[in-house]
Amino acid sequence: MSSEMDRRYRIYDDDQGLESASSKTYKGYVRHKNLFMLGAIVILIASIMVAVYVGPIRISFGDILKYIFTFGNNGFGRIVWNVRLVRIVGAVLIGAGLAVSGVVMQCILRNPLASPYTLGLSSAAAFGAAFSIVFVGTGSMITSSISVNNPFVTTGFAFLFSMFATGLILLLTKITKITAETMVLAGIAISAIFSAALSFVQFVATDSQLANIVSWSFGDLGRGTWTWDLFVFATLLVVVTYFMFRRWEYNAMDAGEDTAKGLGVNTERERIIGMILSSLLCSVIVSFFGIIAFVGLLGPHIARMIIGGDHRYLIPASMMIGAIILVFADLVGKEILAPEVIPVGIITSLLGGPLFIYLLIKRYR
Amino acid sequence: MMFNANGIKFSYAGKNTLEDITFEVEEGDIVSLLGPNGVGKTTLLKCMDNILHPKSGLVELDKVDLNSMSRNDVAKNIGYVSQRGEVSRMTVFESVLLGRKPHITIDASEKDLRITSKVIDLVGLNDLSMKYIDEISGGEYQLVQIARVFVQQPKIILLDEPTSNLDPSNQHAMMHLIQKIVKNNSMAAVMVVHDLNLAVRHSDKFILMKSGKIYAAGGREIITPENIKAVYNMDSYVEEIHGIPIIVPKSYTR
Repeated sequence: MSSEMDRRYRIYDDDQGLESASSKTYKGYVRHKNLFMLGAIVILIASIMVAVYVGPIRISFGDILKYIFTFGNNGFGRIVWNVRLVRIVGAVLIGAGLAVSGVVMQCILRNPLASPYTLGLSSAAAFGAAFSIVFVGTGSMITSSISVNNPFVTTGFAFLFSMFATGLILLLTKITKITAETMVLAGIAISAIFSAALSFVQFVATDSQLANIVSWSFGDLGRGTWTWDLFVFATLLVVVTYFMFRRWEYNAMDAGEDTAKGLGVNTERERIIGMILSSLLCSVIVSFFGIIAFVGLLGPHIARMIIGGDHRYLIPASMMIGAIILVFADLVGKEILAPEVIPVGIITSLLGGPLFIYLLIKRYR
Repeated sequence: MMFNANGIKFSYAGKNTLEDITFEVEEGDIVSLLGPNGVGKTTLLKCMDNILHPKSGLVELDKVDLNSMSRNDVAKNIGYVSQRGEVSRMTVFESVLLGRKPHITIDASEKDLRITSKVIDLVGLNDLSMKYIDEISGGEYQLVQIARVFVQQPKIILLDEPTSNLDPSNQHAMMHLIQKIVKNNSMAAVMVVHDLNLAVRHSDKFILMKSGKIYAAGGREIITPENIKAVYNMDSYVEEIHGIPIIVPKSYTR
């Protein structure tokens, strides 16, 4: 009798065919998450279609579809492919990239407000671009009336300095101790140093150089080309593949440092690799397109509120929400002062700030 | 299963926290680590799971040095429940399922889900399984953490104050469950417990620690007023009621 009763405590015995209530409920919950993913894909495609349709030159929806599916690149086809789609694809990739970096940074830094920008990456990139404009004489990227001498050098400097900031943080954390706290503190210090250095460069810059620097710092999708979209896509693919392979590790790290170690996670290694890859992705984005704020916070937080913190679903859901936000923000930027186009970085800050406050109140009230 | 700690020494910032710790744990053992605050019990548990690396000494599982095993292989054999887990936005089911991580290659299998469901059922978390863990109580979260370590399917489980947030009824129910699961699944458990009566009632072996060293180790016979006085600096009676020793504090001094 006693051994019969004790059978229920043999938790690893294979007794197939028995499916408990909690397992069934969980499978239903997973179906809901998958449905949400499907819904997000539909919304993203719909946003893309609206964004392709909206523009100063009206092209019928049927024609747009024809140009897309036949790769038609003459007449209006050129506008569809080289003016609108190149920008929208950029928005999708950047939105997804910033959001996925935010998810991983928030996990490895144990800080819900973390993003690669927290670590001073954007300040370093802005300093790099300003340094290039003023001391190398490269000018900035194409944005409305700002002149261009050599945009690739400016981008290269922005990238180099943002990766240099990442390297400095790694060095500081290696010297001290690789914990979330030391990384965040090192990031704040690095950010302050580069902000001060940027102010100095702005102080010595001429009026036109200053205009170039300010123009560079606006996140602007108008700078995109298919080559640059491809560059972001390739980086995103590598980084997201790694992150998806590590989704269980990130779930474990969310449960606390010791718990994660007890579950077999090398937390120090995951923290460093996660930080390097997130920073690399954001450095590529910031260097090409400038500073686009809040997407790295909003994407993950909205996704977490809707489908929870399991990184198996959180990573792809955040990417889709980040992409939808940026496509929508760009649409707003194109329409409110049409035909003037407001850089998307301004729109994300304008709309993202209040939306983020709303989410905070809703979540923590 | 045989777990050995041989001459473990550990120090924080130049101060010796553990000195010459040697003991064995065998299959079926339920060992309580007893001693006052700051004596090195948590540090010892972390050294036993290779979360902290001893300055000297050897920690072996079935004669294999833990340092020669990968972090994931250690996790397949040794489970650890920390004193303070962090709360994330995961459901109770997902959080318990996380215990299968060392065994998961790509994604959770039917077997992983089955073990998780079984443990959730045993621990009594069925009604909460789809609640987010940031919406449940501290005591309920402690149950989640213990459930997670069972799901991990280790040979030995290390629990740091596993019942500190539970009410008396749940404390005894949980200790009883730990006993049942350990005995029926060829495991062993080592736990830090502050409630001496709870420890005496539900453990087979005891390690009394004082100033980073083992003061006494053995069965119930070492739970004497003299040893309690020496370790906790507390006078006490040890009475037997229905064959179970009950420790009653007499007075204490600082």
